[in-house]
Amino acid sequence: MSEVKSIAEIEEEIVDDFSLFDTWDEKYEYIIDMGKKLKPLEDEHKKDENKIKGCQSTVWMVSELKDGKVYYRAESDAVIVKGLVSMLIRVLSGHAPKEIIDAKLDFIDKIGMKQHLAQTRSNGLLSMVKQMKLDATVYLAQQASKN
Amino acid sequence: MSATALHIAFDVDQVRRHFPILKREVKGKPLVYFDNAATTQKPVEVIDALSSYYQYFNANIHRGIHSLAEEATAAYEATRDTVQQFINAKQREEIIFTRGVTESINLVAYTWARTNLKAGDEIIISGMEHHSNIVPWQLITEMTGAKLKVIPVDDNGELMMDEFHKLLSEKVKLVSVVHASNSLGTINPVKEMIDAAHKIGAIVMLDGAQSTVHLDIDVEELDCDFFAISSHKVYGPTGIGVLYGKRALLEAMPPFMGGGEMIKDVTFEKTTWNELPYKFEAGTPNIADTVALKAAIDFVQRIGKKQIRLHEEELLRYATKELQNIDGIRLIGQAKQKVSVASFVVEGVHPQDLGILLDNQGVAVRTGHHCTQPLMNRFGIPGTTRASFAMYNTKDEIDVMIAGLHKAIKLLR
Repeated sequence: MSEVKSIAEIEEEIVDDFSLFDTWDEKYEYIIDMGKKLKPLEDEHKKDENKIKGCQSTVWMVSELKDGKVYYRAESDAVIVKGLVSMLIRVLSGHAPKEIIDAKLDFIDKIGMKQHLAQTRSNGLLSMVKQMKLDATVYLAQQASKN
Repeated sequence: MSATALHIAFDVDQVRRHFPILKREVKGKPLVYFDNAATTQKPVEVIDALSSYYQYFNANIHRGIHSLAEEATAAYEATRDTVQQFINAKQREEIIFTRGVTESINLVAYTWARTNLKAGDEIIISGMEHHSNIVPWQLITEMTGAKLKVIPVDDNGELMMDEFHKLLSEKVKLVSVVHASNSLGTINPVKEMIDAAHKIGAIVMLDGAQSTVHLDIDVEELDCDFFAISSHKVYGPTGIGVLYGKRALLEAMPPFMGGGEMIKDVTFEKTTWNELPYKFEAGTPNIADTVALKAAIDFVQRIGKKQIRLHEEELLRYATKELQNIDGIRLIGQAKQKVSVASFVVEGVHPQDLGILLDNQGVAVRTGHHCTQPLMNRFGIPGTTRASFAMYNTKDEIDVMIAGLHKAIKLLR
């Protein structure tokens, strides 16, 4: 068994973390804290082609394929979105493209943050998930063409 | 008996009892609804009107010979009379039902403006317009070659009237401005603008989306040529609105949409149009919501617009004072004349984060650009947090918001 945790295992960890919180306030406090801790993206990456524009907040995201794994880095101008993004990175970054494409990501629902996937919540998170999976799809296609 | 004679002392607790939704909770907290500039909640009178229409007299209107059709027609047309009185239009034929302000503006754009404007003509709008009062005119200028001119906004969020007067020339054929700003609350000096525009032969359209619910609207006194109303911002149902237009203009305009109802005679060679207002009401209209709009206007008039306004002004004063005590806050829009809209930004805090955390306290505010991106650019901000008040809001609710803001800002900074 490899020491690298699967996407499902990491999702479970996050769900466990959130089960400790009794109130919405605590959940948001935790997300905001993660948002604040997310390593900022260098200004050079904050350009239009890396933008995932929601209605209200902006997310910038870059990814790279290294040793068959996809690594994501991102930032947002809104801190709650940044916290959510940081969770997505924690879950998806460092996995193979195929795994990322197949990821169900139902932890978002389980921790009560499904509303952030809805259109009304600025599109941010939903577009973010789509973009992460799209990048993985592109890498998968690149790998396939090399083989 | 006049409407004023029915007035009783304004009692916000009494008023709140008419709005069933105010009893619900959000995230385990009592709902504090401060998104009234987006849409107002509905009194039980409006909900009942909708329900009883479908339960007792649902029928297609105007051509039916049976009793239900007659009753439905009478109720639908009664709303027209009520709207006519509500805004003091001269004739009922000047009241056209549309889907809302957006459609009302588009109707004028695609009929009056498309046929009357040519290359070299100018349309004046302002820097605080909702996208609904920008985009239709952009589409028309592309079709006609006319030009769009914009009245600038000053730091307080007021129109720079000197600049407006400078823009007026014989080239200007239409001035279309918002009566009260949805993002800032600014009440614009529309009477002065209408008089000045008329002097150079231009006509004036007012976007009354925000003003109708707060101010006394008298189209005859204002002498505006077109006035657009949204039902759902006046405690009425969604999906229905009004275009008021001066009869002579409406008569001269071509129809907006073709179909049933708007015709007199149809042959394959030539179709003649129905008379006003039906010329502009093609197809089966939104009967139920139109019927219920009357209940909304009756309700507002029963409570009394003046009393509502005094209450809302008090709320705005209180909210403004309390907001100013928050460290790092900047109020956007400090016009002398305002409807009950408090828009603000907090240094180092994104409006979206504030909106989410306030929702977590049960407080519904609007965050973002409020469909006024050029105005946000003018202030150099991506958006604001906006609290907008209605007749059923209270100072206690403002206290809940202020406490929520303190808590949110502490977390976010």
